[in-house]
Amino acid sequence: MSPVLEIKGLSIDYGTGEQSVRAVNQVDLTLNRGEVLGLAGESGSGKSTLAYGATRLLPPPGVVTGGSVLYHPDNGEPVDLLRMTPAELRAFRWKELSIVFQGAMNSLNPVATVAAQLTDVIAEHRPKSTKTERMVRAAEMLSLVGIARDRLESYPHQLSGGMRQRVMIAMALVLEPRVVIMDEPTTALDVVMQRQIMRQLAKLKEQLGFSVIFITHDLSLLVEFSDRIAIMYGGRIVEEAPAVELYDKSLHPYSDGLLHSFPALRGPRRELTGIPGSPPDLRDMPVGCAFQPRCPKAFDPCGVSPPPLVRPASDRTRSVACYLHPSA
Amino acid sequence: MKFRFRLPSVKVTVGLAVLIVFTFVAFFGASLAPFDPSARSNDILQSPSAKHLFGTTHLGQDIFSQILVGTRSVMFVGFAAGILATVIAVIIGVTSGYLTGFGGEAVATLSNVFIVIPALPLIVIVTNVIPNSGDWAIAVVIGCTSWAWGARLLRAQTLSLRNRDFVQAAKAGGESTWRIVAVEILPNLTAIIASSFIGTVMFAVMTEIALAYVGVSGISEWNWGEVLFWAQGQQALAIGAWWWFVPAGLCIALLGTALALVNFGIDEIVNPRLRGGSKAVIRYPDGRKARMRLGFTPVLTPRTEEAGRGGR
Amino acid sequence: MRYFARRLGFYAFTLWAAITINFFIPRLIPGNAVDSLIEQRRGEVDSKAVESLNILFGLDKHQSLPSQYWHYLVQLSHGDLGISFGNFPEPVTTVLSSALPWTLGLIGTTTILSFLIGTLLGVFAGWKRGTWVDGLLPATSFLSSIPYFWLGLIAVAWLAGPLGLPTSGGYTVGNIPGWNIAGDILQHMILPALTIIVTSIGGWLLSMRNMMVTVTAEDYITVAHAKGLSGARVMTKYAARNALLPSVSGFGMALGLVVGGTFLVEQVFSLPGVGLQLINAISGHDYPLIQGIFLVVTIAVLAANFLADLAYMVLDPRTRKEG
Repeated sequence: MSPVLEIKGLSIDYGTGEQSVRAVNQVDLTLNRGEVLGLAGESGSGKSTLAYGATRLLPPPGVVTGGSVLYHPDNGEPVDLLRMTPAELRAFRWKELSIVFQGAMNSLNPVATVAAQLTDVIAEHRPKSTKTERMVRAAEMLSLVGIARDRLESYPHQLSGGMRQRVMIAMALVLEPRVVIMDEPTTALDVVMQRQIMRQLAKLKEQLGFSVIFITHDLSLLVEFSDRIAIMYGGRIVEEAPAVELYDKSLHPYSDGLLHSFPALRGPRRELTGIPGSPPDLRDMPVGCAFQPRCPKAFDPCGVSPPPLVRPASDRTRSVACYLHPSA
Repeated sequence: MKFRFRLPSVKVTVGLAVLIVFTFVAFFGASLAPFDPSARSNDILQSPSAKHLFGTTHLGQDIFSQILVGTRSVMFVGFAAGILATVIAVIIGVTSGYLTGFGGEAVATLSNVFIVIPALPLIVIVTNVIPNSGDWAIAVVIGCTSWAWGARLLRAQTLSLRNRDFVQAAKAGGESTWRIVAVEILPNLTAIIASSFIGTVMFAVMTEIALAYVGVSGISEWNWGEVLFWAQGQQALAIGAWWWFVPAGLCIALLGTALALVNFGIDEIVNPRLRGGSKAVIRYPDGRKARMRLGFTPVLTPRTEEAGRGGR
Repeated sequence: MRYFARRLGFYAFTLWAAITINFFIPRLIPGNAVDSLIEQRRGEVDSKAVESLNILFGLDKHQSLPSQYWHYLVQLSHGDLGISFGNFPEPVTTVLSSALPWTLGLIGTTTILSFLIGTLLGVFAGWKRGTWVDGLLPATSFLSSIPYFWLGLIAVAWLAGPLGLPTSGGYTVGNIPGWNIAGDILQHMILPALTIIVTSIGGWLLSMRNMMVTVTAEDYITVAHAKGLSGARVMTKYAARNALLPSVSGFGMALGLVVGGTFLVEQVFSLPGVGLQLINAISGHDYPLIQGIFLVVTIAVLAANFLADLAYMVLDPRTRKEG
């Protein structure tokens, strides 16, 4: 298992000075080659901020205040995305790492055709390609996601929601990147469409062999489709484990709460409990563990300082940030 | 949309200050003027001096006094026309936005017609055709021809508000149409109404001055446009009497700019994306810099590393 | 297609509205204008002319209002706008046809130029927000508040001399028609055009800048950056292309304002265009000419609006919904 993307100690603030808010706090996260890493959490947990900050797409007033994001290419030395110049970043973007954005209606340029949006990125990264080559490639990508070739000349508003999302996927894969970040790609769609798209994604991953970071608030999706799952709360990673193991036995009380918030389709019935209270206000974080005010198992050390993310003594293949499970 | 009181930016404060000065002069100009603006004297065509701050005309009249006295007419017509136009715009705009079906469309078409028909020629024609135009008449004519743009803006806004949850909830709860419009919709339109009002005042001021300049009779004495009318009639610039010309024009420009600055402030309230006046480069107390740039989130250099590659 | 049909219908309706307003204006005038004209000319007025003027002004009291209206429309459809009082016995149409090219030329070029320059500057002002370019805004607002005619007069007094530019007339009298006339006319147009452009840039700049700021906060701009596209491409194909739409659709309104300003500029520079004719017509109580001018100007503005709408249709694919 070799890493393809290593995030170490990443911290991201919104704003500067007195009014700054720490949205992501010293996050360590590793994506291995060929795997699907799920990133789950409620709104405001920092998962999207993490993804956009790591790729430096966070709009002002976002600022990355520390850490490193190492990308390990197939051949060559690892590079730190945070230390790249804008020119280097531009060359890197989409070719090695691409993003499938949420809400395709607003993510596609309303005044450009599908063909234009698929081909302009090819023209940018492969300047020697001819117009025909680009169009051929665009048509190829569309058929990969199951859209007819004649849709190339359509505008975004002429496509249905599901089609738009598939165009976004086709666009993300057009340069055969090594890493694809998917930010809630199916949230705006109905369940039937959601299923189709997830199946298509799995197939494409088999075919093209890229690694995925899958961001969503819907843990049930992740349990089915990802290899490993990381859970964020209050700007920190609180647990990280292989998907099956997380589902069977979660260590962090928050993960436990999340898993008990949706019913299982198969298997024994579980009691739906949910989590009382609401996510913390990032401007006014509690001292100590961020989850402590809502945690049913909180005890003395929880109020003193936030627990570090460590490998618990009971299982060295996963990590958890909870005083209940200290490292050996 | 609640209004949190925030300290207005420099632009807006300056604009407001200038407006207040002009309003003050509008009220008290006549008493403040050192001379009777129509009074002739023997100081013919004098350049600015301590006695005549803006110099004198070909009849020895004091230009400074003319401008002071004329301010009242300028401000009055401008604001009266602005108020009239805005009231009409609100009535027509909100109605056509709120009514569904043919009624709304018909009213909308009416306002579109008025937008397209060129205003100035129409105003010039109407003011000439009406026998006695005074300040009031001019204000009414301008007000009745310049409401269309505001009405269109308000219509668009009302349309989008009408479909919002809180309005639907009020309708479902059985509130009468009047109450819904007055209590739910109007408060959300305040900023647009204010901005439209200011825009109309600007237009009205420019128009009435143009009318006075062209010689439309009936506007009160010493409207700044009239000052320019006389100046042009006497070929002031050709004979080098620049002081006759410049103050009136500058006052117009100042008033217009003040209104525009206040409008900026309102724009920022209406469209939160315009707010913030984001500075491109932010300096941290310990000397590090972060350059905000769309598409390239800045990275703060760690303190130990030398400034150079990072922070871009 | 629906969009197109709707706009066409709208313009037809507005045209009708303008014609009708035109119909009613002279009926507001007290007294009988035609009789006083006849007196002025000491009875030397051709009876056909009297007839057409009566129809124009609805002074034939024997006819009912709707009947007068009908005759008015018929007369209009023959292209008869009446006889100009001031330029008697020239018909209004002749007077206008010699004045119109000047005005169209002036308005046409200045509007297009100030739109292009203002919008271009606005793109940069919006894109490079937070830098010195922001300072353009109050500066151009100040310029926009200066009355056209005042700036024109100042330009005449202070710029024309040093720059050696002619200041009035539109053309040098006595020139033999030929190619050199074009250059001469151009020279005469420089100052008036400059005056209008300088004062009207501010509006375009501001609205384009505001739209750019709004658009750059949209998701598809972030996507464009994520794709690694060059800054220039994102600014033009993604941001400006979308931000342009409201400016184009607002073109019509702006045109109405420019028309007004242009008239004043013509007066200042004695350009023999429609504006000057209107101002003279007003002081000379030349009612047919006034009516004719209003109608022609409105038609021209409608036509320009229509063209702007066509441009909008081309630019925004969402208006071309097919099925």
